Formats: sequence, structure tokens, C-alpha cells
Amino acid sequence: MGMTIAEKILAAHAGLDEVKAGDLVNAKLDLVLANDITGPLAIKEFNKIGIDKVFDKDKIVLIPDHFAPAKDIASAQQCRDIKEFSQKHQLTHYYEIGRTGIEHCFLPEQGLVVPGDLVIGADSHTCTYGALGAFSTGVGSTDLAVGMALGENWFRVPETIKFILTGKPKNKWVGGKDYILYIIGKIGVDGAQYKAMEFTGEAIDALSVDGRMTMSNMAIEAGAKAGLIAADEKTIEYIKARAKRPWKIYESDPDAVYAQIIEIDVTDLEPQIAFPHLPSNTRPVSRSTHVKIDQSVIGSCTNGRIEDLRIAARVMQGKKVHPSIRTIVIPGTQEIYMQAVNEGLVQIFVEAGAVFSPPTCGPCLGGYMGILAKGERAISTTNRNFVGRMGHPESEVYLSSPAIAAASAVLGRIGSPGEVA
Amino acid sequence: MEKLKGKAWKVGNDIDTDVIIPARYLNTSDGDFLAAHCLEDLIPNVKEKITPGDILVAGKNFGCGSSREHAPIAIKYAGFSCVLAESYARIFYRNAINIGLPIIVAPEACREAIEGDVLEVDPTTGVIHNLAQSRSYQGEPFPPFMLEILESGGVIPFTAKKLKGKA
Ligand code: SF4
Repeated sequence: MGMTIAEKILAAHAGLDEVKAGDLVNAKLDLVLANDITGPLAIKEFNKIGIDKVFDKDKIVLIPDHFAPAKDIASAQQCRDIKEFSQKHQLTHYYEIGRTGIEHCFLPEQGLVVPGDLVIGADSHTCTYGALGAFSTGVGSTDLAVGMALGENWFRVPETIKFILTGKPKNKWVGGKDYILYIIGKIGVDGAQYKAMEFTGEAIDALSVDGRMTMSNMAIEAGAKAGLIAADEKTIEYIKARAKRPWKIYESDPDAVYAQIIEIDVTDLEPQIAFPHLPSNTRPVSRSTHVKIDQSVIGSCTNGRIEDLRIAARVMQGKKVHPSIRTIVIPGTQEIYMQAVNEGLVQIFVEAGAVFSPPTCGPCLGGYMGILAKGERAISTTNRNFVGRMGHPESEVYLSSPAIAAASAVLGRIGSPGEVA
Repeated sequence: MEKLKGKAWKVGNDIDTDVIIPARYLNTSDGDFLAAHCLEDLIPNVKEKITPGDILVAGKNFGCGSSREHAPIAIKYAGFSCVLAESYARIFYRNAINIGLPIIVAPEACREAIEGDVLEVDPTTGVIHNLAQSRSYQGEPFPPFMLEILESGGVIPFTAKKLKGKA
């Protein structure tokens, strides 16, 4: 019987020839990741296991990104905890701020994740690396502690839902963010509960690796365990210059068994907006233009990559941020920051009247660098619009692509680049 | 495992981890501190309102969102003995088992329970008695290895025990 990418990667890491959805397997991990929020708790749990060494000092990545540069004393302590642990265990992949950025932008960029990998991260958006053809999934801190100790973990092999995206969007501003928001709107926030999503079709082939990462990133917003895209020439082109290890490409067999196959024609798709308070609460932008906003955020592990900043800059070039709006642009990593400087994007943003921040998660999870007051509304390229996600419980977050967030910043309300005169 | 008994506290569908414990409190992993802010935008001061042992009863997709283990920890330290829900988000489910908080899938029991009903839950079998309504339900039982994790008090003591056995 044929297997899906998810089944093949899990089988290979469990030392089995074949697995099928529903099987429970113990599998070896290629990489284990945590950050300044989940890391300290993982370390606390690791220390209770009663072993004094991590399984492999080259396969653990600890990144301060959520509340870093430290936003307060308690956050500073959490950053310090992961630094001290990294030093004690001589971890190869600990990075101080100024040399890193948001974990899910940083790991692929540095070639720390490669196609065919099995990765766990104590962060739900670890599913981002599915865009490279790796099986990567979010876990909690305790699972991560066990991963750091043993280099393996148990998995229930997930069923896969296959999405075939056909056509070429007529609207040139439509991209990966709109595809994934549309899909989540269609299947709901638990539409892929416990399952893997697999994205295929000509619209996916046409996306850049950055655009694909935006899609895989938000698989978790449909409850999925992974968001997989088979590696192709674009992936290899991306990986070649970066990878620190050999990689392996897995593709689903033609006779693989899927829980469901969903076909979507993107030809007439409009840019999508997710209204408060669920990512599934989507509407096309043309039905959202009545929404006035106070803040626009462009960044995060969903849309903080160079392509995202280029698109936002293209929309904002020569324009001014609406007088009553705050706009905050956050590059995903130091490398993206530097690229944005070199390409003149930073100048465009600053001249437009936007704040250009160092790489951090910041406002995405209501940490700092742009928290909303009671009653305020933000358009944001991030991934969650839950109650209180970006600040006060009575504030609101509308999710969109960078093109829409940039256009809305100029308009002072939700709108399209076409409306920005 | 011992049977659990407590009053039902009901919450709705898609209760996400930002509602269970807002990110503004994630600059620590201290259980008592997290418990003080558990579900605060939904049931303010929940820790003071409930009696230790009470049971959180939820709708679909409970615990969706982030991977923060601070969420089940907050629930556990607030004093809830277990969670019943129509369904769970995957990472939350794993996290709860891993920290030794029994959580059971029991759609019918959750839909029919009324706030304040006294429930008795047997985590070993998944059987739930609603004493207020004199009704019984079969929740989804745990696979044996998960039960073993819960009986050990979580995956850390479970792993420690396993490693000792090997040594
Ligand atoms: S940018 Fe937002 S979603 Fe991404 S890792 Fe940071 S907090 Fe999480």
C-alpha cells in the first residue's frame, strides 16, 4: 500500500519499512527546538529526569525570540536560563540576539532544518518546516525535555488531508497567506485536528519557498500536526546554499491513502481577512473595507520574511502611513533585517512613517513592541486573532497578508493595494 | 488510578491557550502564579471560586492555539482534578497527559452536564457518572502506555523510571 510523506518520514525515523495512519511509533529526532518561553520549563523538567547529558549537543536549538530583547526582569531571567543551559551542555545551536531572530524564520534560513527531517519544537508553529518537506511538529515543554534527553519521542501517525490548489490567481496580491486563510475558513480551526495537511497543485508549485512557509506555518491554526509540501527544485535551490547536513526528499505515493482530498481553484480568490476572534472567521477583503484600524503589524514567523517585506514596501513606497495609525514592521531575522537595509526597504518604511523593529515575536503574542489598548483594532500579518492575543481582552486583531496590512496602514482602514492611490 | 469527584465548571468551544493563560503571564512558569491567572478573561479568580478537585467541562477543540504547557499547568494548579471535553487540540492533549493531568474525551457527558453538577470520573476506564442527573457515560479510555504515564504522575517520572530500569 502506498504511503504519504508524513507516513514515510515517520516510518524512516522509527526504523520501520511501513507505517499507517493510527499507528503509534517511537521515532528518532533530527532536531529539537525551544525558545525563551518554553525552554526554561523544558529545562526544569529535563533536570528532573536524572541524567546529566543531552542526547546530542548538535541537535538542540535554543532561541531567545519571544520576549527578547528581554522586555522585563522575569523575561531576562528566562533568556538567561536557556543561555546557561546551552553553555553548560555546550550546545552548538544557541544564538544570542543580534545573531538570530524568530525561530521559524531563522532555522530554515540557516539550513538547520532540511527536507526529510523529523523535528519537534516546543512551539506550535514548528510546523513551518513542512514547507521544506520535513515532518515538524509542535510539542509542549515536557515532551521537549524527553526529546532533549533521549533524542526520540512517540508519535501517532496522522491521517493526511490533501489540498490540491489549481489555477493562477487573477489578483496579483493574492498569495500563500490568502490560500491558507481561505483553507482554514473552509475547514475550521479543528478541520485538520490530529491530522497532517499536504499542499499540492500548480498554485503551490508557483509559490516561492517563503510563500510556502507562510502556508505550512498556519497548519496548526486548522489543528493540524504538520503542513507538508513535497520538496521540489525551488526547495533544493533554497536548501543547497544553506544546508549543514545531507537531506532526503520524500513524496507521497500515487496510491497513498488520504482521509480527504480537497480541491480549490484559486483563480478568482480575493485577499482574505480573518476577523476576530478565530483564524477561521474569514472574509474577502472587499467585504472588510468598513473596518477602521489603529495599528498595522507586518512581521512574525508567518510573514516576516524578505518576500513579505518586499511586498509591503512595494505598497508603501512613496506613501504615508495614515495620520491616526501606528505601523510596526518587524523583520524575521538579522539576515532579513540586513537584506531590508541593503534593498532600501527600511528607508521606504521609515519615510512612510512606520516603526522598524529588531527581529522579535513582540506584539504577535501580546508580548511587547505594540500592545493594543482596550477597544483598539489591529490588522496584522501574524497567525492568531484570539481574544486578547495582542493586548487588552477587548482589543481586536484582523489577520491578513503583508500587501493588505501595508495598504490598510496607508488607508487607515482595511483595504487593498489597489485603493492606495 | 483513583476516582475523581468534583463539581462541573462549564466552558464553550474552541477555548484557546491564550484564554487559558494569556501570554502576558508567560514570563514565568511558576504553577501558583499561572493558576492565579487561569482563564481570567473568562472566569475571573477561578482559583478562589472552585473547590480543589472540581472538574472543567468543555466543548470542542479545547486548548487550541499555542504549545504552551503553562496552560495545563495553570489548570492543574488552579485545583481542577481533570478536564472533560468534546474534543481537544492535539498539543494540549499531549501536554496534559505529560504533566499528569487526566483529560478525557467525552462528548455526550460534556454536552449534557450542567454547571454545578457533581461528576465522578474514573480515569482508568473513562467512565463518568453525573451524580446530579444519575447518568453514566463512557468516555474514551486511554491507550495503555498513556495510562502508565498518568499513573507515574507524568512523562518525566515515567521516563526517569524507564531509564533506571535500563541502567
Ligand atoms: S512570531 Fe508569533 S506565532 Fe511565531 S513563534 Fe513568535 S509568538 Fe509564536
